[in-house]
Amino acid sequence: MEIRELGGKQLELDEDGFIQDPAAWDEAVAAALAKTEGVDEMSEKHWKLVNYLRNYYLQFQMAPMIRKLCKETGFKLNEVYELFPSGPAKGACKVAGLPKPTGCV
Amino acid sequence: MEPSNTPLLDELEEGQWPSFVAQLKQAAEKSPAAADLLRQVERSYADNTGHWKRGGIVGVRGYGGGVVGRYSSLPEEFPGVKEFHTMRINEPAGFFYTTEKLRQLCDVWDQYGSGLLNLHGSTGDIILLGTTTENLQPCFDALTEVGFDLGGSGSALRTISCCVGQARCEYACIDTMDITYDLTMHFQSDIHRPSFPYKFKIKCSGCPNDCAAASARSDLAIIGVWRDAIQVDPQAVRQYVADGLNIIDQVVRRCPTWAVEWDAQTQELKINDADCTHCMHCINQMPKALRVGKQQGATLLVGGKAPVVKGAQIGSVLVPFIEMQPPYTEFKELLVKIIDWWAENGKNRERIGELIDRLGMAAFLQAIGRQPCAQMVNAPRANPYLFWKSEEVQQNG
Ligand code: SF4
Ligand code: SF4
Repeated sequence: MEIRELGGKQLELDEDGFIQDPAAWDEAVAAALAKTEGVDEMSEKHWKLVNYLRNYYLQFQMAPMIRKLCKETGFKLNEVYELFPSGPAKGACKVAGLPKPTGCV
Repeated sequence: MEPSNTPLLDELEEGQWPSFVAQLKQAAEKSPAAADLLRQVERSYADNTGHWKRGGIVGVRGYGGGVVGRYSSLPEEFPGVKEFHTMRINEPAGFFYTTEKLRQLCDVWDQYGSGLLNLHGSTGDIILLGTTTENLQPCFDALTEVGFDLGGSGSALRTISCCVGQARCEYACIDTMDITYDLTMHFQSDIHRPSFPYKFKIKCSGCPNDCAAASARSDLAIIGVWRDAIQVDPQAVRQYVADGLNIIDQVVRRCPTWAVEWDAQTQELKINDADCTHCMHCINQMPKALRVGKQQGATLLVGGKAPVVKGAQIGSVLVPFIEMQPPYTEFKELLVKIIDWWAENGKNRERIGELIDRLGMAAFLQAIGRQPCAQMVNAPRANPYLFWKSEEVQQNG
């Protein structure tokens, strides 16, 4: 674990750079996390995706499946990668302050 | 001589087989990461537990997979494997390399990684073992410069693999290498950008000998087959017998469907092709005398998998015969329908075979627009499916 300053807060990050305490998340934290994933400026589209993920997580305590995310936000998969070059799991979920997705590898 | 630091691993060098331990020791001489890997593995044997953390998530730009994150749970003790990520690299179809390409691959990996690799993983990938988060992107960039790309990982279409097919094998009924290459290029997004409920593997074998292990190890198996008669060269058959082949014991009695007859008097071999289930046995026994038929295509099997979440399953026949000629349009359309149904209905981490078990083969066939037929069996001649929809039962009494 590593402690880093993000959006004016001291936050604990795991080795992949995901914040450990989802409750510590706010917009300033999101913008700071976005920079770590190659997104310098959060546009309206970035926020739309991040807020969707955030709300889904608060409601269901998990990340949505990718197809559901595309269907409900209206973004095509390639658009998601254009917004977040490291992809929905590593990029968008991290910025939305979700715990690390546990995919199969 | 100094006492060994790895007494437990040394045991694995005993015996007549090659050992990964010997390889690791060799690599440890020039790579600090390999040296720490060796020490950590020894420690795992001593503690009787692995020392990797679960589920790292790392990657390169534009890709949602292809790199598997690995971190040591004892980074202070083994700093060389603190970050030790695996990169999966898409292998060339049929595993044909020029030595030049292999050298280029190894040079890149010596520069950016531990130098350790394994050929090939169960999906066929070249597995590059061990690099740091920082090195991932430059390593990937260098690999693409010499013509390699990442393979699949996670809930995606996995790297497609095949047997050597027509490049080296006269049994091949389909061009496995072209099929593999074509599908790999066509479904790039599904390989690199995971969007499925779980993994999906496609493997392609040129004939029912199934050297690619497609029926057991892929969700969708493409297996070359013929639908006319086995080609027989009677003179060559007689030659086998003259050379001492006990044709009754070795061939006739071992045909699973009793489709082969041998008349010792007239020295004539007869194959009842309508009964043949294409097991390949007679052809394997007499390759100079028997050949696969001339009308060639493929059988598709669905649902095979190794045991991960649930138990192992072997694929069952979905399409008894399909032409496999470029650009493989019928196949691609069918694949998209299968994936769509699965993506719509599958639970997280549910393989297609498990979903078919859960919702029923009838629902699956209806969704992809296929009629059930007698050849849809999960073991030849043993287990035909019969389907009725409940409405039909009521209508027809
Ligand atoms: S599966 Fe058949 S065609 Fe492919 S290598 Fe094996 S025997 Fe030859
Ligand atoms: S291929 Fe197998 S089933 Fe067909 S005739 Fe030969 S032994 Fe019999």
